[in-house]
Amino acid sequence: MSTVVLLLLTGLGLGALYFLIASGLSLIWGLMRVLNFAHGALFTIAAYVAWSAMQPLANGDPLVAWLVGLVVAIVTGGVCAMLLEVFLIRPLYARPIGQILVTVGVALAAVALIEGAYGSDPKQMILPPWMSASTHILGADLPNTRLLLIGVALAVLAALLLFLRRTRYGLVIRAGVENRAMVSALGINVERAFTVVFTIGGIAAGLAGFLAGTYFGYVDPTRGTSMLIFAFIVVVIGGLGSVTGSAIAAAVVAIVQQFLNFYAAPGVGDFSVVILLAAALLLRPRSGEST
Amino acid sequence: MNRATRIAALAALLVLLIVMPWIGIPLPPLFSEAMSAPGSLNLLALCFVFGALALSYDIIFGFAGLLSFGHALYFATGVYVTAIALTHWHCTLLQAIGITIVVALILPLVIGAVCLRVRDIQFAMVTLAFAQAGSILVMQNPFGLTGGEEGLALGPSALPAALVGVANTRNIYWIALAFLVLTCAIGVWSVNSAPGRVWQAIRENERRVAVLGLNPYLYKLGAFVLSSFLASMAGVVYMVIEGSASPDVTTASFTLVLLVMVVLGGVGTLWGAVLGGIVYEYLDFRLVVLANASGLQSLPAFLRVPLSEPLFILGVLFIILVLFVPGGLAGAVRRLNPALLSSGSH
Amino acid sequence: MSASPLLEVRDLHARIGQSHILHGVSFSVRSGGVTGLLGRNGVGKTTTLRGILGLTDRTGTIEMEGSPIGSLRTDAIIRRGIAYVPEDRDVFAGLTVEENLRLAERPDNELRYDLIYDLFPELKTRAKQRAGTLSGGQQQMVAIARALLNGGNRLLLVDEPTKGLSPLVVRNVVEALQRAAQVVTILLVEQNLSVAHKLARDAIVLDQGRVGYVGTVEELMGDPALARKHLGLTSAGTGH
Repeated sequence: MSTVVLLLLTGLGLGALYFLIASGLSLIWGLMRVLNFAHGALFTIAAYVAWSAMQPLANGDPLVAWLVGLVVAIVTGGVCAMLLEVFLIRPLYARPIGQILVTVGVALAAVALIEGAYGSDPKQMILPPWMSASTHILGADLPNTRLLLIGVALAVLAALLLFLRRTRYGLVIRAGVENRAMVSALGINVERAFTVVFTIGGIAAGLAGFLAGTYFGYVDPTRGTSMLIFAFIVVVIGGLGSVTGSAIAAAVVAIVQQFLNFYAAPGVGDFSVVILLAAALLLRPRSGEST
Repeated sequence: MNRATRIAALAALLVLLIVMPWIGIPLPPLFSEAMSAPGSLNLLALCFVFGALALSYDIIFGFAGLLSFGHALYFATGVYVTAIALTHWHCTLLQAIGITIVVALILPLVIGAVCLRVRDIQFAMVTLAFAQAGSILVMQNPFGLTGGEEGLALGPSALPAALVGVANTRNIYWIALAFLVLTCAIGVWSVNSAPGRVWQAIRENERRVAVLGLNPYLYKLGAFVLSSFLASMAGVVYMVIEGSASPDVTTASFTLVLLVMVVLGGVGTLWGAVLGGIVYEYLDFRLVVLANASGLQSLPAFLRVPLSEPLFILGVLFIILVLFVPGGLAGAVRRLNPALLSSGSH
Repeated sequence: MSASPLLEVRDLHARIGQSHILHGVSFSVRSGGVTGLLGRNGVGKTTTLRGILGLTDRTGTIEMEGSPIGSLRTDAIIRRGIAYVPEDRDVFAGLTVEENLRLAERPDNELRYDLIYDLFPELKTRAKQRAGTLSGGQQQMVAIARALLNGGNRLLLVDEPTKGLSPLVVRNVVEALQRAAQVVTILLVEQNLSVAHKLARDAIVLDQGRVGYVGTVEELMGDPALARKHLGLTSAGTGH
């Protein structure tokens, strides 16, 4: 029984991570119809910049260092995303394939840059002691990082929903995900909303990169890229542009993955959810896709 | 440059490449040894394979207009099936190639039939999904076949004697060259054939093709299978050159790199893709050496580090090209010399 | 014409994919009242409306009260006081009625909620209802109200507002449009000639991507030969 509880809770912890990466991706894909391969690069760059920012504080209070890293990661993610959108994505609105290609280029270049600057070996994260400890819940010993992640994800979910339901920009984004042309026809400058959405995505990706480092205990250059495929799975299953959908899908995908990896064989879970992606793409009716 | 001159130039180049193993000319800093040395020949052989691989991708992406993110899967299929047949099943090389040919025809037929039921971004994502599934499968080392993370190395007696050993590098070189020439011939023939023209029509306007009474699905499937088959064959040659199979060739990053190669070289021109593949593989090998040789060492770290990472340069070049020069290298050349038209319109 | 026209279109060409839909359409819309843009199925009426707004690729001259708007982006054209009620209503199904209207608000326009709730009292009672669950007629009202709110204070482009609606609902929509016409000029695309007759005075008839006839709806209705030639009608009913 305690194994089931443990798997369920660690699944939720992993799902929280998936949600953080997927939520931004879902909005970007849903509103802008851009498949953002650079999302993994935002994840990685933010994680490494935050790690570097933490190093000078290594001898002090680890909690302070960690919090500094958190803030740096969020800001880095947001700023990089904004620059990316304004300078590389925006000029290519008339060429959707060009937009995807540019994000591919950024993804390759960014990871190569990080690998060149920091090397391919993982870098240890500075964690306050309580994060490395576990808490006894429902008969299972759950690492505290999982709890932290679940807490952060819930907070981000609430913040995003509030933003979407209560603000003007949120209204524009929700409408734009449904019917971009009509929003334009109402005289609204949708492109400004694009930058907002992209930046939100970047902030979430930066947060995800830093928290992934916390979750695994280290940062490494390839984590972002490997997370990206799971983010895509969550977005497709949860529905393009749906934040609640991403949250539910993230939880389901992660839990299924954990259970299968444990009860069947390692890797079976990963394999299954990837096949789940293929199935979802093939069976789901074209809900608002291009053309 | 009219057609006759172009053919003559190509023929001369081909002759030069064939006799390369007998030409002892050193070409520093492009190559660290003489052109006839095994090191140089090995590098050239790899470049040829990547040129052929890039061409195979240009067929579905450049000509049929299908953006696939899973092309690496078929290349990896060629690499791994041959390696497994040679090591675990103790086949001869010909038997192994035979088995690979069968798999390389059936696998894309099945997967393509499924993937092509959707279009555009959804198609791209489904191909990515299947390629990822393949990658995970390889890493799991089912039944101990694939060797997981470490890959699979060929035993000493796996390949025929003529292909083993440093002295026989020239044989491998010629095989790779012959393969490239053959692939180019198939490529040119296929895109100019009747189905090839339908592919290009589909790329422009699929609905129109359907209205004309043709079934776009079947033609797309044909392009998919041909392209994937060629990629698998490239994988076979690659495996023979490397003497081992490694999971690096199964990753999604690898398909993305293929995409970059083709776009850099020029989508839809075939020869642009070949050029892109050759240049990429060359840079991947030689960039670090070149960087050191050309005195890049004296540059401050923030310039030196990025410039010695091939993928960084490639990524940046790619971004610049997508933004400013959509036609790739081939497009740039065409703009300089309008008479130098692409092979697609022979 | 005593005053300069509100909207003038000259030599409008438009393509959708490979098809050349509009072959040099030219007409003008005078200020005040309803002008009908008529024609058979597929002649390019919707494309003309979308072309005016820049929602589809087109070439030609488009002028609003004498100043050119053809090169402006859609949202800039809207800000000149033009609003669009599209053929499929295009209300945002996932948003509530209230949110649909709020989206149409613009800071530089007076909020005419009193006018809208006066025209369509139902919208007030159904404010929190999701627009996707409304009936066709109700969605049409949302679409018109939205357009009026959006600052359609100069020109409303209305595309087949009665399509697919039952006769009772058609009557409501016609009444609503009549009242809206008191405050704003309307360019109305309609295939239903009797609806057009109730609402519009002037008529511009499109025929295979070109302007075939300019006159009044009265003339068109009164001359069966004319009606047959341009609208393919044997009687003044719904055209084909």
